[in-house]
Amino acid sequence: MSDDVDLSRRHFLGVATAVTGGVGAVFAAVPFLASWQPSARAQALGAPVEVDIGKLEPGAMAKFSWRGKPVWVLRRTQEMLDLVQKSDGLVLDPDSEQPQQPEYATNEFRSIKPDVLVVVGSCTHLGCSPIERFDIAPADLGPDWEGGFYCPCHGSKFDLAGRVYKGVPAPLNLAVPPHRYISDSVILIGLDTGVA
Amino acid sequence: MSSTGNDAGKTVTGREGGFYAWINKRFPLDKMLREHVTEYYAPKNLNWWYVFGFLSMLVLVIQIVTGIFLTMSYKPAAAEAFASVEYIMRDVEWGWLLRYMHSTGASLFFVVVYIHMFRALLYGSYKNPRELLWVFGMFIYLALSAEAFFGYLLPWGQMSYWGAQVIVSLAGAIPVVGDSLVEWVRGDFFISDITLNRFFALHVIAVPLILVGLVVVHILALHQVGSNNPDGVEIKEKKDSSGKPLDGVAFHPYDTSKDLVAMIVFLIVFSAIVFFAPEMGGYFLEHANFEPANPLKTPEHIAPVWYFTPFYAVLRAVPSKLGGVVMMGAAMLVLFFLPWLDRSPVKSLRYRGWMSKLALGAFVVSFIALGFLGTRPATGVYTMLARVFTVIYFAYFLLMPFYTKYDKIKPVPERVSHHG
Repeated sequence: MSDDVDLSRRHFLGVATAVTGGVGAVFAAVPFLASWQPSARAQALGAPVEVDIGKLEPGAMAKFSWRGKPVWVLRRTQEMLDLVQKSDGLVLDPDSEQPQQPEYATNEFRSIKPDVLVVVGSCTHLGCSPIERFDIAPADLGPDWEGGFYCPCHGSKFDLAGRVYKGVPAPLNLAVPPHRYISDSVILIGLDTGVA
Repeated sequence: MSSTGNDAGKTVTGREGGFYAWINKRFPLDKMLREHVTEYYAPKNLNWWYVFGFLSMLVLVIQIVTGIFLTMSYKPAAAEAFASVEYIMRDVEWGWLLRYMHSTGASLFFVVVYIHMFRALLYGSYKNPRELLWVFGMFIYLALSAEAFFGYLLPWGQMSYWGAQVIVSLAGAIPVVGDSLVEWVRGDFFISDITLNRFFALHVIAVPLILVGLVVVHILALHQVGSNNPDGVEIKEKKDSSGKPLDGVAFHPYDTSKDLVAMIVFLIVFSAIVFFAPEMGGYFLEHANFEPANPLKTPEHIAPVWYFTPFYAVLRAVPSKLGGVVMMGAAMLVLFFLPWLDRSPVKSLRYRGWMSKLALGAFVVSFIALGFLGTRPATGVYTMLARVFTVIYFAYFLLMPFYTKYDKIKPVPERVSHHG
């Protein structure tokens, strides 16, 4: 038959077919990729939790679980609050400028009530759970240690308001989760608006 | 119709009407065997460094076979996983052997692959025309790392859990999309049953398929360009009248018989570990992993399994989250560019000068030192040392274009030399 092959037409058709098929492949990939998102059940299990801190003594800390992460509630003593103010110069973000807490906890002590600290106990470096070390100047952490949280994985340090020290691998303060007081002694962790 | 039927078998070669001929008429069995086995010519001067590619394949087979049998008793659910591993160890007939073969195989896979890669550095096996062969090999290494990482979560011990927590969180260092990416990988707000279930799927089907495919591509690329050798001489340049390389010997039976000896030695070592030291003092199976995963309590000291510790040491050496992640990624990815960083006109270290020898020596020392430091806590002097060795590690690659260019080289022989 004819030897006159219209190469530019053939090229155009080839590219058009490839582009159409490519777009289709991208759309076909969506359900597969989206199936990796947290499922409806996972989201339901991630619902807010109510915790009762009525029996928490000053200086004591309770650990709760929310979304599989440890949430700490620490009732700080006056001395502990003084130590927080004292460590302003040692921490990376003393005024909580990074958005690691809701607006109502963006204050000097990073809490709704000054004495009650509510933070997610996951290191902002790589998610290990730091250890509470409220002893002052212990042998292993050195004479400058004013009490706070120490991460055993990579040595990050946080003060008694969950603020990260300078010169450690963690870049951010410990996160304050959304929370609100249902009554004087009951906190709802995970939600700060509406009625639970 | 009957007359054409009588002529059917007449065109085949070899024994007329034989079963082998019958197959070859329908499937290129003989052709493939010739091309890849009996008439694939490897250099006659290949030494013992050249058995580790074969050994890698052997371990791959061990891992696939033991892995298939482990899945028959293992349960990929957070509530059952840890107990099902104990069940395999105590109640399943020979289950302990299957599991120890699999766990020992994982570590020895990295041993043979690291030696195989070192061989390439030693004799310049990544250089033109073997760049793509090297790149495919690097993809195998990445897939193998992913395979090991996903598999390590499955026993659902404390180290499984927190190791996965740390590694998945690495993606969180990526600006803007990091946190949602981490959530997407986990499929939950923390490492959970959902994460375990998908890591199981990736470990037993997705990554192994990729791995096997890459091995096929790696071998096809090898047989396209031919094996390098300790002299770095291209044997294809000197051929006899029949087109066979003068310095080549048939892969089978010459190299296969040598590989068989290596296999026996390897299996002796392998068995000794499986039967006498399957935990290898906490390096192959970490002690913290004998405790079930607890999302609320991090173990006192976290260290990855030994084969990842060099990269883990790099991660911790950098005093910044994003910086550490970037450096760790770079430590792996820089290997891909080796063929283009090396400007030396010769391949083998035998004919290179003191600069290249010193550089390779420093690199090996820094890799082993980083591996040791990655198992230690990140404090004081250990962190300082990790920084020093991280610099040496990267210097090997980044200075390579310069020292390979200015290094003095010795004349390369025309044909391969023999050292007994």
